[in-house]
Amino acid sequence: MSVLDIDRLTVQRGACPVVDGVSLSVAAGECIGLIGPNGAGKTTMMRASLGLLPHEGHCSLSAMPPQTRARTCAWMPQERVISWPVSVETVVALGRLPHLPKGSRLRADDQRAVDAALDKMGLSEMRARTATQLSGGEQARVLIARALAQDTPILMADEPIAGLDPAGQISTMRVFSNLADDGRAVIVSLHDLGLAARHCTRLLLMHQGALVADGTPQQVLSQDNLRHVFGVSAHFVQTEQGPVFQPLEVL
Amino acid sequence: MKLGIVLAILCMALFAGSLVTGRMAVPPLQSLGALWSDTGTPISVVMREIRLPRALLAVMIGASLGLSGAAMQGYLRNPLAEPGLIGVSASAALGAVLAIQTGLAAAFTLALPLSALSAALLSVTLVLLLAGPRGSSLTLILAGIALSALASALTSLVLNLSPNPFAAAEIVFWMLGALSDRSFEHVWIALPFMLLGWVLLGTLGRSLDALTLGEDAAEAMGIRLSHVRLKLVIGTATCVGAATAVAGAIGFVGLVVPHVLRQFVGARPSALLWASALGGAAMVLAADIAVRVLLPERDLKLGVLMALVGAPLFLHLIYKTRGEIR
Repeated sequence: MSVLDIDRLTVQRGACPVVDGVSLSVAAGECIGLIGPNGAGKTTMMRASLGLLPHEGHCSLSAMPPQTRARTCAWMPQERVISWPVSVETVVALGRLPHLPKGSRLRADDQRAVDAALDKMGLSEMRARTATQLSGGEQARVLIARALAQDTPILMADEPIAGLDPAGQISTMRVFSNLADDGRAVIVSLHDLGLAARHCTRLLLMHQGALVADGTPQQVLSQDNLRHVFGVSAHFVQTEQGPVFQPLEVL
Repeated sequence: MKLGIVLAILCMALFAGSLVTGRMAVPPLQSLGALWSDTGTPISVVMREIRLPRALLAVMIGASLGLSGAAMQGYLRNPLAEPGLIGVSASAALGAVLAIQTGLAAAFTLALPLSALSAALLSVTLVLLLAGPRGSSLTLILAGIALSALASALTSLVLNLSPNPFAAAEIVFWMLGALSDRSFEHVWIALPFMLLGWVLLGTLGRSLDALTLGEDAAEAMGIRLSHVRLKLVIGTATCVGAATAVAGAIGFVGLVVPHVLRQFVGARPSALLWASALGGAAMVLAADIAVRVLLPERDLKLGVLMALVGAPLFLHLIYKTRGEIR
């Protein structure tokens, strides 16, 4: 069942399109990796589809009223911002804002969602710590927990594993693929094509604002696409531990 | 919650303290009793027409400055933000100075606050026009700084061209900020604007909480940033404009109070709003008592004392938290 439909989404900056007629549809249970070189339009495409940027074309998310949209899709911007020295639990509880009636405090089921999100990210012990005093990797986990607490059918994240150590990258990708297994749709932009190949069920390849490939990791990470879009050659094999992808040379 | 009760009790105690402080030496209970009975005795006139409006103004102005300071810091996600940033205080001061200079203020009492308020509202309209409906918070600040500079320059020009030293002295003294010789007329002129400001800023809590995660994340959580900004600017303008109009420039409350109280509310911007309103009221009440007790014969100005106390307090805070501010 499709949870997100995008039809000819276009974003102009001046005369030049940064996102150029992207159409796609996302089903529940998919873990989608959005890949492409720097400047391909990945962030712009995601922000426009959320209605955070003026755009042409149709997107089922951006057409919703803000509150409904916030209950449908959680968004994690690339920039990890925690502006005040609030507790970890306070940050995670912010994810419940779209669900709270005006002026209401956290209710029992909100608290349950917060606890579950803290637990899933291994933060239960740290809930009372000051979020701004944690390490970058821990803060990233706090912000993922915040998005989980929003408890939405869709999760969209812009380079959520950038700057994390290998264990952090793998466990974060695992959280995302588990969410997809639970029936949510996950869309993450990634630069690590190896992790994208291992953890995503579907890849979207963007180049100069256009969607140039859409399919399984094996289909999208073809030598042709890699040469044409990234300008690299790579080694891609299926092993017993799953697919292994290694970029080799700049062409 | 506990903090709210402590601050509310502190405010009430200081309010009573403000009522029983003054040149007329009357026992506290007797002067408080005179509030309720309009006997026409000197103490009842003093209580009802001088001290009560003065104490009320201290509460209103302190609450307005504290609330708008907390809202401004929350919106800009910067502990150094203060309500004067959008240029309202400087513009209100210019309006007041013009009223003094043209002789309007001498012609009728309310000319000064009315002129200051008009200037504040004019400046906020200009800020909103300059910054545009979808501009960033940076544009808003830049527009505010530019207007502030212009208003200060024009104020200096008026002082510079002032025909006699008495007019210049009057302007300078007014700008120092004070609550002496204010009446209920001042309360009634400021109150509607402040009430509007309190309502607008008081509803921002949820949005300011969401902004903890940055503008992008907040907007994706359903917060309409353009609405937030409009409420913030108009609310701050009516609060600070009205405060400056009736009391002159009183600095540091909007900067220091949220800063002091932040640690007690777990840094949550929504909780800080009302805590800062109460804290601001307490700070202005205390300072206004202090100016009467410290130098009763010399008419020490509230704004001067506030800066004298506020600046070292602020320095102490910076020293204490320098490791935590990032």
